[in-house]
Amino acid sequence: MRKWKKSWALGLLLLPDLCQAADGKLLATPGVSQVEGSAGGGLVPWAMLAGYASRDEVSASAFATRVSVDDYRLEVWGAAFNWQDRVELSAAHQNFTLKQSGDEIRQNVYGLKVRLYGDVVYSTWPQLSLGLQHKRLKDPAIAEAVGADRTDHDTEFYLAASKLHLGALAGYNLLWNVTLRSSRSNQLGLLGYGGDEESSRELLGEASLAVLLHRQWALGYEYRMKPDNLGFAEEDDWSDFFIAYFPSKSFNVTAAYADLGSIAGEDDQKGLYLSMTGYLW
Amino acid sequence: MLALLAAGCATPGTRGALYDDLGGQAGIEKLVGRFIFEIGNDALIRPYFEETDLDRFHEKLTEQICEVSGGPCRYSGDSMVDSHRNMGVTEAHFNQTVDLLIRAMEAEDIPHRVQNRLLAVLAPLREDIIYQ
Ligand code: HEM
Repeated sequence: MRKWKKSWALGLLLLPDLCQAADGKLLATPGVSQVEGSAGGGLVPWAMLAGYASRDEVSASAFATRVSVDDYRLEVWGAAFNWQDRVELSAAHQNFTLKQSGDEIRQNVYGLKVRLYGDVVYSTWPQLSLGLQHKRLKDPAIAEAVGADRTDHDTEFYLAASKLHLGALAGYNLLWNVTLRSSRSNQLGLLGYGGDEESSRELLGEASLAVLLHRQWALGYEYRMKPDNLGFAEEDDWSDFFIAYFPSKSFNVTAAYADLGSIAGEDDQKGLYLSMTGYLW
Repeated sequence: MLALLAAGCATPGTRGALYDDLGGQAGIEKLVGRFIFEIGNDALIRPYFEETDLDRFHEKLTEQICEVSGGPCRYSGDSMVDSHRNMGVTEAHFNQTVDLLIRAMEAEDIPHRVQNRLLAVLAPLREDIIYQ
């Protein structure tokens, strides 16, 4: 809780017009920040790179996210750097709390994303990016107790394709993203990597669809496949409905209703997702 | 037909729905006028137009928007590559110009959904305009 307050305070510092941000992209086109710190939707990393830097600019951003479902709370804060819309570097700190016991599991995620091709708005084919997320579990005790194969660190790779179609849906802009991820992370890695039932990586699909209701508003849905490696409990796919507000190129805020399925034996974990990203330059 | 010629259109063609939604010839002329006003107010983009014949620019851009929106015009200006040669228009300045066009469309009360359809038909021109 204390950390969360700190992160919101950080967010307040990033409110519009206090800082001059790189603004070479069109409003809303970099997306928001996903739970592992990469630019994306809320759950899924997208092909777009964080921040409004065009190919002649750099940009930096910081974000804070909180997901509160029936029995758990996930708080994430972090930052991302964009070099000339070619390379994205990100770092995120996750703090997962078991509401009943108060136990915490912390994980750090370091991300790298490289844009391989295209521009989400202008190129004929979708923008394509290759990324990795290197995860380091800080509190391995619970992961060890539930039978995780590895409990120190692991690296995931993903390929993401994103495209915005101007005016495609009765005049509204339509954005879609498809991501293919190679992963063995149990519940993002908070319960370790691989398990007693399956220790190797598998290819998982993730997808997002959004409609831009206006320049500043996006409404969408996301789906993220998850592994199911641990014998002690089922792990479900995740999904959410989101609404994102982009008052300026300096700041955006997202609210979502997330369905995280069964987590560590507790079924039907649903609740509110809130996130904000501020762009420093 | 006479009215169309009087409106300055070289070749009559089939009227597209987007052309009508933009307010036809008169609407597009007003929009381009407002767009030029927005350019004049923008410290980043104005310098590009310092030596431009704005009457010609107004006429040619109106013609072009008329044509790409399905109106009864034929664009008679220079190619996009030729018009923007040696300007070194960056990605960021291109998007800034798109923002100015959006601002102009807002000022002319062009509905959001019509704005997007115009942006969609102009977007493919970008590759001939940036970094020339
Ligand atoms: C989709 C976007 C754009 C379209 C459709 C467009 C279209 C045009 C047209 C039709 C002309 C007149 C050509 C002629 O005189 O024969 C023109 C000229 C010009 N454009 Fe663009 N343009 C676009 C983007 C830009 C951008 C981003 C800049 C600079 C930031 C720019 C700067 C100019 C300038 C300075 C001229 C006048 C050149 C001269 O003085 O001869 N344009 N453009």
